Amino acid sequence: MKKIIFILFLIAIITISAIGLLRDNSYQPTRLDELLENYPKEYTPSADHSQFEILKKKFSSPQQVTEACNSCHTERHKEVMQSNHWNWTREEYVEGRGIISLGKINAINNFCIGVEGNEQSCAKCHVGYGMTSSMFSFTDPKNIDCLVCHDNSDTYAKASEKGGAPDISVNFNTVAQSVGKPGRSNCGVCHFYGGGGNNVKHGDLEESMFEPTRDVDIHMASDGADMSCIECHTTEKHVIKGKVYSLSSMNRNRSECEQCHTSSPHEQSILNEHTYKVACQTCHIPIYAKVNATKTHWDWSTAGKLKNGEPYSEEDADGNHTYLSIKGSFVWGKNLKPEYIWFNGTADHYLLGDVINDTSKPLTLNTMHGSYTDETSKIYPVKIHRAVQPYDPVNKILIQPKLFADEKGEGALWKDFNWLRASEVGMKEVHLPFSGKIAFIKTEMYWPINHMVSTKDLSVSCTECHSRENSRLAQLNDFYMPGRDYSRFVETAGVGIILLTLLGVFVHGAVRIIASNKKERK
Amino acid sequence: MIKQVYIYKSFERFWHWTQAVIIFMLVITGFEIHRFITFFGYGNAVRYHNIAAYSFIVLIVFAIFWHFTTGAWRQYLPTRKNLKAQMDYYLLGIFRNAPHPTKKTVLSKLNPLQKLVYLGLKVLVIPVIVFSGLMYMFYRYPQGNTIRVLNIQSVEVFAIIHTIGAFLLVAFIIAHLYLITTGLTITSNLKAMITGYEELEDEEQLQIDKNDISNGSEDSISDTITKS
Repeated sequence: MKKIIFILFLIAIITISAIGLLRDNSYQPTRLDELLENYPKEYTPSADHSQFEILKKKFSSPQQVTEACNSCHTERHKEVMQSNHWNWTREEYVEGRGIISLGKINAINNFCIGVEGNEQSCAKCHVGYGMTSSMFSFTDPKNIDCLVCHDNSDTYAKASEKGGAPDISVNFNTVAQSVGKPGRSNCGVCHFYGGGGNNVKHGDLEESMFEPTRDVDIHMASDGADMSCIECHTTEKHVIKGKVYSLSSMNRNRSECEQCHTSSPHEQSILNEHTYKVACQTCHIPIYAKVNATKTHWDWSTAGKLKNGEPYSEEDADGNHTYLSIKGSFVWGKNLKPEYIWFNGTADHYLLGDVINDTSKPLTLNTMHGSYTDETSKIYPVKIHRAVQPYDPVNKILIQPKLFADEKGEGALWKDFNWLRASEVGMKEVHLPFSGKIAFIKTEMYWPINHMVSTKDLSVSCTECHSRENSRLAQLNDFYMPGRDYSRFVETAGVGIILLTLLGVFVHGAVRIIASNKKERK
Repeated sequence: MIKQVYIYKSFERFWHWTQAVIIFMLVITGFEIHRFITFFGYGNAVRYHNIAAYSFIVLIVFAIFWHFTTGAWRQYLPTRKNLKAQMDYYLLGIFRNAPHPTKKTVLSKLNPLQKLVYLGLKVLVIPVIVFSGLMYMFYRYPQGNTIRVLNIQSVEVFAIIHTIGAFLLVAFIIAHLYLITTGLTITSNLKAMITGYEELEDEEQLQIDKNDISNGSEDSISDTITKS
């Protein structure tokens, strides 16, 4: 009887182990099936705008098109005028500062530094017309640019350096009659070119995302799910979900993977457990800037050099600028591994006029908060853009130089190549003191990497992080991670004990053999 | 007189060898997780380590039950009797082919050194490894667990204790594998653990021991053995 029980027990253990070992791993979360079913469905708009008489009349200005839009969509302009796309600022609560107005309008970055004073050029990416100076009125609904987002003819374009006005080539009737939901090209035309060129800023948002392959982005792949931006960045009443922490501070209205995938999408519970502390993006975006390079370093201090009195440019083998007289020197990177930080959804920002406490170390322009011990923090991938940019060493504040002007002699750096003058004029326009001294400081900006999600077979594997050498998380050392961390003392003592035991066994064994051989000989 | 005696019951042998296989798995996978070796692949190593750990715990539960129901736990009660003699034997006597100072019987299978080491394993090393391992397996970050007690801040302490246990266990296994060759012949201990039968002192002697244990005195067993 006993024997039978033992045998049954043995069989039970073997069975349990076998089930564990041989379990099939190819798992499809049920939610994904639903999504796959829904996404190929063709969207049919409720109205054909080419049928409307009002859109067939001759328009002499873009404002007239907006008036035509507003004559039917009588309330939409109010929504747009509440949005960040229009205001370039929003009320945000920042710990230590209180409630502040924060946006492109008053933040400083380490690309083209800031909007104020340079509106005429920067407004090429404003959803409005006529922002030719800081005196722009944000209250006139006629100046809303409906077309840049809703053009479905792919013929609309904004003119360079014209305060947001459309290019003269645009046929308003063609564009107005084509309007519909924004597609990838509507969003991409601004968001892919931030910082003055393709992929300069984000690293994970660039022109290859207009028609990406599955290798570039599994969601937007034109040979795959072919999703548009607004399918994740869901929008209601012109409030678009998702924002980027170069300007945002609060943990609200974020667009997240969990919207579709839930927080436990894996078959293996050990992977689901990772989601307590690791954001989806960390494993599923192993590299970014997959097709075209992104700017990783920008040195403003070399700007202003001239050849024969003329500005010039230098390019690397891939055609990326490595030097521009107007902007300085650049370093680009392609197929980059992200850096990793703890992040809890809140951030602080360097605002115009903030005094720099320590000028000896790099100044972070957008501090993303988080740590291992913070319950709400997770590990996120980021691109860190490092720069060297001008500051006033006497007043210890970053300089907002005047970069753009129509004509020479107005003090703009890009026309006159005079740092002192550009700083004087720029600081005057933002109503900040300037001592007349210019120095350069290292700065860093953190850009969360959220796009260019790879196929699951390319996800970051266990040992890329759980590794003693070259761990992706080598910089995040405020916690113990199995496989990466260990106690040096325990390691040495443990290996020592094992070696001593082995030594003891060998010596004892050897003496035994020798002793018994002697005996035999006797 | 030397006689073949049935010394390891089928459960004991089953327990011993299952434990051997499980611990072997735990050591291989554990040191892979610790990044000493690469064998199964990291993800698999974690999975197998967890399966082996659960199997080990089930086995331990059965073993504890068995030890208490059969009274076999008394085998591990430490004694100072013969301890010195046993040490002298391993350090000197064994080379001169001197007889084992402690006689092995069904009711007292372990010499005083073994008693100490196995007791240490059972009440210290294994519980510490199992406990730290369970904490390792079940600890959650503060927001992750409804069982508040398990919401520890860092796994570091448990991870390091677990590692210490692992090193000690490996050292034990090395010594153990060597010491099984120090029986009557080189393979007699191994054979005994496989077949259950070992060549021991004659039946009469065993009978005396049995009487003693029924009197309930552990010392008297040792005394008897020593005298014999």
